[in-house]
Order: sequence, then structure tokens, then C-alpha cells
Amino acid sequence: MIKIAQLSCGTEYSSVQYEIEKAARSVGAKMVHPDVEAAEIESCVEKFGFNPVSPQLKLMIARAVHLAEGKYDADAVFIATCFRCAEGALVRNELRRYIQENTRLPVVTYSFTERMKSSQLLTRMEALVTIVSRKELLARERQSGITVGIDSGSTTTKAVVMVDNQIEGMAWGPSGEVIESSSSLLEEALQQAGVKMSDVEAMGTTGYGRFTIGKHFNAKLVQEELTVNSKGAVWLADRQRGEATIIDIGGMDNKAITVRDGVPDNFTMGGICAGASGRFLEIVSKRLKLEVTELGAIADQGDWRNVRMNSYCSIFGIQDLVTTLAEGKTRPDVAAAACHSVAEQIYEQQLQEIDVRQPVIQVGGTSLISGMVNAMGEILGTQPIVPPHSQYIGAVGAALLSSGFLEVV
Amino acid sequence: MKIFIDPPNSLILFDLVERFGHEPLSTMATIQERVDNLEIDMPPLNVTLEDIQKGLKYAGIEVPSGIRGRMAVWGPLIDEAEAAILMNDAPFAFGCVGCHRTNLLVDYLVKKRKIPIIEVEYPQDEDEGRDLVLKVKEFLEGLK
Repeated sequence: MIKIAQLSCGTEYSSVQYEIEKAARSVGAKMVHPDVEAAEIESCVEKFGFNPVSPQLKLMIARAVHLAEGKYDADAVFIATCFRCAEGALVRNELRRYIQENTRLPVVTYSFTERMKSSQLLTRMEALVTIVSRKELLARERQSGITVGIDSGSTTTKAVVMVDNQIEGMAWGPSGEVIESSSSLLEEALQQAGVKMSDVEAMGTTGYGRFTIGKHFNAKLVQEELTVNSKGAVWLADRQRGEATIIDIGGMDNKAITVRDGVPDNFTMGGICAGASGRFLEIVSKRLKLEVTELGAIADQGDWRNVRMNSYCSIFGIQDLVTTLAEGKTRPDVAAAACHSVAEQIYEQQLQEIDVRQPVIQVGGTSLISGMVNAMGEILGTQPIVPPHSQYIGAVGAALLSSGFLEVV
Repeated sequence: MKIFIDPPNSLILFDLVERFGHEPLSTMATIQERVDNLEIDMPPLNVTLEDIQKGLKYAGIEVPSGIRGRMAVWGPLIDEAEAAILMNDAPFAFGCVGCHRTNLLVDYLVKKRKIPIIEVEYPQDEDEGRDLVLKVKEFLEGLK
């Protein structure tokens, strides 16, 4: 069983400890708490160099030091502190860096409220387990045989047919009813590739609808989108070796993932907030009477500095949008401000939880909106790489990884 | 009398209060009550979402959940207390609630109650330890 070391403060008093353990159990893992003797805590804190006042944070540090020094064995690390605790946030972030610098253990960090449920942690826990238990599969760099990948996302579904490391067919459309949309998109992709369903040797599914469609199509691989998308992104960008940061801004959530040789070692996932996702850009497009696909080019003609827009909360973002349109601001400036605002949210909420490594690869449906990519580039000070077919990362990753099962069988 | 002890899980303060004929209000008893209640299933301490909402009585919604959850445990003990022993600068091994912000709030709320309080410093050697016991004994006997 995969052992996930828990470094946390406040979980047992926030009614979330049970939820954390439930999420781990549901992906075949177990939460463990590194043993530390009380007498060792202060010396561990001294070694670490940051001395918080709260004793439970000191204990977190001591546990991390024991992991780094190999005194306690675990496969992955989960670091969590209370949302809105400044002392906790400082320790959480520094511990994440410390674990990454001193171990090869995958890490995920989280700041929780009392409302956190196991389902919110499921994808993160599943990704931790995948990274540990499917190392060989994730190391796969070439697709072989005839395989299919379906990414059933929150907004759109994507299907890809790959034959011997080449994309031969692809289709995307709105998710709607997941089995129906996946089936018709799969058919379209197969037709494009000139491949019959009976010729398909393996299928992989990912995204929100992965379990439903995976069961329906009897897929060999049913896997969360963090590891699958990373794999698809580095394959499409031809950056399978070395380090990279993947920024995946989807229709409902966003992900920032750092990878080493195509395998994630740290990731953050934005909550379901429209203000930091493609959904906000859809809202803006509708107000501007544009198709979302046109928004990017219009944004490129504008200047975000001319419009005050903050989509920290999508409701406030919409209020700003209504106000600025009423003030007679131009469509290009409003479009540019919307893209800048989403990029700012990603930077403030996601990219602060990871250390950005070059190159930055921007993927997901919103990477097709040039204004969004340029806004991200301006904030990061480096222009992201947008690989071809960047909206298909999940489907490509699923097709690529599922081919790994052909040699195993 | 009901005596609130701070740190609320200090075994030494608990023992002193009991020895001198009072009822200690401590973490141990309140957590045991929760853990023994088989109808609740929120391990390990059985602090539930409802408890954390009760914690709003002591700290607002902008305060981290871990503080409100802790206050849901210790807040009612502070309300119930008729006197209190507060120890300053105790090392965490002597007893602690894990969170410094909660410590500050507990200390403040106890003092706000205007009940008899003795504040003592954590002893650094045997002599100071002896003095501490004598001071606490005198305080507790004086409450009778």
C-alpha cells in the first residue's frame, strides 16, 4: 500500500482528518504520520531554520526533517494547514520546498477549511498514488500500436486516435451527456484516422467523466488528469526530458504542474472558481457578443491597463465587466483585461504554491486564446510554449499511456 | 470549584487541582467525552462541522477553522470555569493546544471572565518548581 506522509496542522480540529483519510483510502493509499520524539522537535526546527511559534507547526517541521533524513519511510507527502493562517501558510510553502530539495518524494500542498470533503482531494491523492505506483508507465515517451485517448472535461470532451506515435484522428466538442458526447467524438476521430473500433488495441480515459466513460468503453487506463495531462503536454511540446512547468487552464479549474522528465513532482489545482478559469472568459465573450475563439485576437489589440478588472471572484469580475462596458471602454481593452485578470488569478493562487521551472508550457482549451497566453507571458516574464493541438493534452496523454498496457499484457 | 487550566492538557496542573480538592476543566475529560460518544464519527477527536460552527461564538468566520475547532473544545470550559491557573512560557511538552493563536485567544478569554486567576511562570529549576507548587496550593486552598 502506498504510504502518504501527512504533515499538517489543524486537521483534527477542523473535522477534515477523516476526509483526508477517506480520500487516501479510496485511491488505495494510507495516510501515515512520521514518528518524532518530543525531545527531537526543537533540534529539527533549528536544522530547518524557520522557527514558528505554534507547536503543531514545529511538529510538522520535525516530521519533514525525519523524512528528508530517511529516518521515516514514505512514498509521497501531503502538506496541509488551515486556510487563512499566515504562519501555517509560510511553513507549508517552505516545507514543500524543503521536501523537494531534499527528497525525490512527490508532494502536494493544500489549505483547507472545515468544508473540505474527500472528493476535493481525490484527484490530488490519485495523482500522488499514480506517480508512485506507475513510475514505469509514466516514464513512457513513445506511443505504440493503435490506441485511443478520451478526455471528458468539465466543458469539452476530446478524443484522439494515435497510431505508432502519431496523432491520426482527433475531435472535440461540448461535454454534455458524457457517454453520448464521447461516443460521437470517438467515432469522428476514428473516421478521421481511418481506423475501426475493433482495431483499437487500448483506450485511456481522463477528466471529470473518466470513470463513467472508462467503464462504458472498458478502458485499460482510467487516470486523473494531473499525470495524464502532464504526459500529453510534454509529448506535444517535445519536452520529454528535463524540467518544465505546465500551466493548464481548463473550463472549470486550472492546474500548475512541475515535471521532471515528464513525471510530475509537484502540482496545484485551482478550486472550482470561474474567476480563474476559462469559464470567466466565456462569460466575457458572451457579454462582448463574441465567440470565445475570437476573444484572444481581440484581446491582443487591447491594453489591459485601460480597464479595471479583478476576477478574484467571478461575481466581482462580472460587476467590473458591466461597469467598464457601461463606461464605454473598448472591446479590445475589456478582452485584454479579462485575460490579464484570469492570468493574475493563476499567478496569485496557483503559481505561488510551486516553483516555476523553465520552460513554461501552456495547455488546455484556453491556450488557444492568444490573449490569454500573452497575458500569462507578461505576468511570468517569459513567453509560454503552446504546443500544437494544446487542447488535446489529456486525450493524447491517455492514448500514449494506455499503449503502455499493450506490452504488459 | 471548577478550575480551568492552561495549558489545558497539562497533566501536572490537572493533578495539582485534583489533589487540592477542586475539579480541573481540562482537554483530557472533554476529548474523552467526545471520543467515547459512539454516535459521532469524525476521528480522531470527534470535532465535527457543527462544533466548528459553535466555535464562531469565540472567533469570527475569518479565523482559520483549526482555531474555531479548538475553541469549540476549550471555549465552553472557559465559560464554565470558576477560577483559572495560567502558566506562561510552558514548553510544548508540558502541554499545549498546538496553535499559538488559540493560546492567545484562550488566555484573553479567561482573563476577560474576571474570575480568580493565578498566573505562574514555567519553573526553570527544582526550587522554582517547589515555589510553583506552593503558590498553586495557596491559590487553590484560598478558593475554598
